[in-house]
Amino acid sequence: MSEKGMQKRKWQLTIALLIIIAITYLSAAITNFNFMDGFAAFPEAIGWMFSNLFITQESLERLPTILDKLIETIFMSIAATTTAAIVSIFLGIMGSKTTSVNSLLSVFARFIASVSRNIPVVAWALILLLSFGQNSLTGYLALFVGTVGFLTRVFIESIDEASPSAVEALTATGATYFHIVNKAVIPQSLPQMISWILFMIETNIRSSTLVGILTGTGIGYTFDMYYKSMNYNAVALVTFSIVLAVIIIELMSNYIRKVIM
Amino acid sequence: MTFLQIAGLSKSYNNETTVLKDISFNVKAGEFVSIIGPSGAGKSTLLRCINRMVSISDGEVVFDHAPITKLKKRALRQLRTDIGMVFQHYNLVPRLTVIENVLHGRLGYKSTLQGVLGRFTEEEKEHAFFLLRKLGIEEHAYKRCDQLSGGQQQRVGIARALIQNPKLILCDEPIASLDPNASKIIMDHLKSITTELEITCLINLHQVEVAQQYSDRIIGLNQGEVVFDGPNYKLTEEKINHIYGTQMRELITV
Ligand SMILES: Nc1ncnc2c1ncn2[C@@H]1O[C@H](COP(=O)(O)OP(=O)(O)O)[C@@H](O)[C@H]1O
Ligand SMILES: [Mg+2]
Repeated sequence: MSEKGMQKRKWQLTIALLIIIAITYLSAAITNFNFMDGFAAFPEAIGWMFSNLFITQESLERLPTILDKLIETIFMSIAATTTAAIVSIFLGIMGSKTTSVNSLLSVFARFIASVSRNIPVVAWALILLLSFGQNSLTGYLALFVGTVGFLTRVFIESIDEASPSAVEALTATGATYFHIVNKAVIPQSLPQMISWILFMIETNIRSSTLVGILTGTGIGYTFDMYYKSMNYNAVALVTFSIVLAVIIIELMSNYIRKVIM
Repeated sequence: MTFLQIAGLSKSYNNETTVLKDISFNVKAGEFVSIIGPSGAGKSTLLRCINRMVSISDGEVVFDHAPITKLKKRALRQLRTDIGMVFQHYNLVPRLTVIENVLHGRLGYKSTLQGVLGRFTEEEKEHAFFLLRKLGIEEHAYKRCDQLSGGQQQRVGIARALIQNPKLILCDEPIASLDPNASKIIMDHLKSITTELEITCLINLHQVEVAQQYSDRIIGLNQGEVVFDGPNYKLTEEKINHIYGTQMRELITV
């Protein structure tokens, strides 16, 4: 890069920084958020956490129930993700420029992707709560819908970048559409798709806690129950087991990623 | 004997600009023809009109008695099995092995189910290994293509085209991404194999010297028009300048 270009970039950075500071200050002013008060509350909050959120012998007795709910939650997340993945593979193939068969279906796939992605999972849970009521189906559907949106979008991208040139080559040999999808598109983009599916399983386990609080299912409901009955030791145990589960799942999926890539 | 006949071929992608204008020439069976011209002249488009990877706007292309312009989907598929294609960027499936990529060349002969299940006969597999041996990359048969050098990948591309048992091979700048050494290997293979198997070959090149060295005949394209068509010894310096425009020519030789 030239001397002049460097100078220009420095200036741009400085200006960007100033703008960010201005926006921060402005939003704090608008919301009446006082930085000093915010910081001052820290020691007290942390003190409260240490004196209330620890795991006791008594709360450990609840471990079997908690684990039960945790496993239920994990399986629901996996089920929601994998079923969503199946739908998304289809939508992804329809939506990608290299493999779409019909422009109407393509638009439809992209529409689904953008609509369900731009509505957060929590909002889906609340919307679905109205029509399906408070049960585990609602939780499942909320995760499912959000996941379909996200996976469809990333699958479209994976397919788009994976194999347009190979698709051209196979078309030139006289291969059929299904040959091309099965022998070029899927093999080339599958590892990346699996990686996204694993990512979504992790994400869904995290969000299913929140969704569970809203829909009254799984570990989220357990958390909510102990929280409302002020059994903070049990709350600590629940939180701890969720964190542990997420870490384990993450380690597992990182390992799988390494193997398949 | 005329094997490929192109008459009054025109092509435009949008209705504003015409990429190919009224192109006519015939190719005899077994000929090795180079198409040269500056970038954007329409070389790639011309090749893709022959196997109808792009639609033809006007004119006739007749290949081995088949009127390509008029073919319906299934007949077109069948016709494509007779035409191999080799690309500048090899167009392989990088994650798959060499042998899998070569066998892709047989998909045109399969029903959807056979192909999807990957049913290839022993004979086809032997043929694939035979071609890999011929091209000197048999020891890489079970390696993933993304582990090979450019020159080796292009040889996989050539094997994939040859396993089709094609009557015609279309090569779109097959050596444009390769170093001089690898380029020579690829050109030598293309020349010797197409001669041996009596396959007609149409090859887009941007190096005039390579075209002169290997081909029986050269077609010069400029802005979608044929401005030279003749045996390579007739391609004088003056004609070359005409094809490329004088300034362009300097850019290319530097
Ligand atoms: N798919 C396409 N859509 C629109 N225009 C195209 C397309 N492919 C090529 N062109 C245009 O057609 C002209 C010829 O391109 P091409 O056949 O690739 O030339 P060459 O291979 O000689 O470089 C160029 O002006 C290019 O911009
Ligand atoms: Mg080109």
